[in-house]
Amino acid sequence: MRIEAIFLIGVGIFFGAVGLIYWFLSYEDGGFMMLIGTCALGLLPGLYYFYWHRRFRGSKFFFWGTLDRAVGDRPEDRHDANIRDGAGIINSFPGSSIWPFILGMGAFLTVLALVFGVWLLIPGVLLLVTALIGVTAESRRGGHV
Amino acid sequence: MTDVINPPITLPGSAGGVHVPAAHDGHADHHEDHGPSGLLKWLTTTDHKVIGLSYMITSLCLFYVAGIMALGIRVQLATPSGSFVSFQQYNELFTMHGSLMLYLFAGPFAFGGLANYIVPLQVGAPDMAFPRLNALSYWLYLTGSITMLLGFFVAGGAADFGWVAYAPLSSAVYTPGAGADVWIMALALTGFSAIFTGVNLVGTIFYLRAPGMTMFRMPIFTWNMLVTGILILIAFPVLTSALIMLFCDRHFGTHIYDVIGCTTTATAGHPAVPDPSACGSPVLWQNLFWFFGHPEVYILALPYFGIATEIIPVFSRKPVFGYKGMVFATMSIAALSTGVWAHHMFTTGVVLLPFFSLLSLLIAVPTGIKFFNWIGTMWRGQIQFQTPMLFCIGFLLAFLMGGVTGVMLAAPPIDFFTHDTYFVVAHFHQVLFGTAVFAGFAGLYFWYPKMFGRMLNDHLGKWHFWLMFVGFWLTFMPQYIVGLKGMPRRVATYPGDLGWQIYNDLSTAGAFVIAISFAVLLVNLWISWRRPVPAGDNPWDGHALEWFTTSPPPHHNYTHLPPIRSERPTWDYNHPDHPSLHHGTKAPGGPPGDGSGGTREKVPVA
Repeated sequence: MRIEAIFLIGVGIFFGAVGLIYWFLSYEDGGFMMLIGTCALGLLPGLYYFYWHRRFRGSKFFFWGTLDRAVGDRPEDRHDANIRDGAGIINSFPGSSIWPFILGMGAFLTVLALVFGVWLLIPGVLLLVTALIGVTAESRRGGHV
Repeated sequence: MTDVINPPITLPGSAGGVHVPAAHDGHADHHEDHGPSGLLKWLTTTDHKVIGLSYMITSLCLFYVAGIMALGIRVQLATPSGSFVSFQQYNELFTMHGSLMLYLFAGPFAFGGLANYIVPLQVGAPDMAFPRLNALSYWLYLTGSITMLLGFFVAGGAADFGWVAYAPLSSAVYTPGAGADVWIMALALTGFSAIFTGVNLVGTIFYLRAPGMTMFRMPIFTWNMLVTGILILIAFPVLTSALIMLFCDRHFGTHIYDVIGCTTTATAGHPAVPDPSACGSPVLWQNLFWFFGHPEVYILALPYFGIATEIIPVFSRKPVFGYKGMVFATMSIAALSTGVWAHHMFTTGVVLLPFFSLLSLLIAVPTGIKFFNWIGTMWRGQIQFQTPMLFCIGFLLAFLMGGVTGVMLAAPPIDFFTHDTYFVVAHFHQVLFGTAVFAGFAGLYFWYPKMFGRMLNDHLGKWHFWLMFVGFWLTFMPQYIVGLKGMPRRVATYPGDLGWQIYNDLSTAGAFVIAISFAVLLVNLWISWRRPVPAGDNPWDGHALEWFTTSPPPHHNYTHLPPIRSERPTWDYNHPDHPSLHHGTKAPGGPPGDGSGGTREKVPVA
């Protein structure tokens, strides 16, 4: 997780620096805000990854947090890891689901409503709400259509 | 059914892998039972391979549609006073050609299609991190594509303000009608689709890598898709929000980009008068659009750089030269590309020329490193000129030309002279055709056997390449010249006495040669479908993990994985006497990087 953290923090530092240079050279607020937004986009997840990297190593996050028992790096972060080191559940993958399709059709009708008439909002929003309920219920119980 | 995936077992390998019994996962017993079949299977699938193929097929269909539009444009320009289409239709054609090619083909083919299919395989994952979000991405992309094409069927025709939709031309006053609105809505849908795909790619690469697949063992294609995913997350939200504001300007009376109708409120005795403080800023649209638009160029280019970096080593029988240099060059290109957006706005007179010019010129450095490494990979290799490799060499030449003219355009004095001429048209077509088409179809020929378990005909593939190669140069080189002679872009007719026609005729002839080359591809696909030649699991003796599994891969991709001790795990497994060289180690007694590896150190394994 260390490389991931460095990668994202690097994004934040680079765009923070470029944003500041750009601001003092141009005083143009639109571009400055986009660059600072990009800086935040890198720093926020980057620091989160760094926090977990430190937790895995049993270290403090800078001066904050308690020292936990080190669990070591993830198998995918270790050069010497064998495949069986990743034993256990990787993730839960839905076998199939109709709800993404329903959600997509709902979004389709909803945006068309903005162009062709608000009456399309009725089926559009209906599909969106149905799909959101359906996908949530499916996540709770598992299963496919 | 929700499949809970246990890790695949390890095969015994030269690098010390241990064979363990197959774990019972409640899934391996019924590989064929994965829910519905037929059309319902396609509608409900969450399998990254099916979604990836759906992306590729859809984007290729749109590529052919946009290509036919390009032929219409070229026929119109073959004579100075062409009457093949009306001025209005011409404007619609070039707008929709650009929109389809850039928004609906080049990007989705790479990050929606190839990346969706290949990245989980390359990192040893069973699927993308968020399979249902992945499916939703595709449905948003498909419906967005349909929405954009709907423009041709509404009153007033499709959008006709160019693929960049500059304000105030894109306002409701200058571009009335539903065509522009469906264009905006189409991009909103595909924008969300791209953002979700970006999230999925980053999540998959960060969380679903197989044990031993460290970040610096990932194939370069996967690295490039990670960087592309970050670029998508930086760029697309800006476009989507800019589009929503444009829609508000058109319909809800906001004046964000609009300079029309912004007046004081009329009161008794005080009629409404123009009020500059209530006006929007058209340049703000350019600022927002190009903050998306220039990273978008690299969102379109970086995946294709990755494809070339996968193919060139395989067909040179060598590891990639300068692996880490490639990774850092990719990062540098992406970082710089996000700081150069206003080099498209030099002629507005309101941007900081030295800043944007310097950053634009700097992109040449990491790009040069990539070229150096591609050549270094081929250097003294046993190069096999099969179809994917030919397309990669075509990509190198095309992108080199597009890149060099890009360096020229990064200099404001040259940009002032050539802005909005055919010189720029030739430049960006050489960049984008070079990457998305040459490298994209290299990827198609390269990974087609993995996706379908059958080969494409190499002889026909070479015909495809050579026709496209000749057509490409014949189409775009004359455009540089006619651009320098002053021909502006986006014109349906031009004066007949300026000597421009011969260049336009050459360009038109080249476009038809390209069209013939893509007819050859269709024939090749047809033959592959009707008379399949089995490919086997690893027809190219490939390096990365995707070549370890069957062709096509099974549900959830792997039943077994080899030990991962380098960025070439499949090569290491198949060539136990020629393992990859660990980064930073020397190969005493043997020439480095020649692929023979006979005297190399073996990477120590646990």
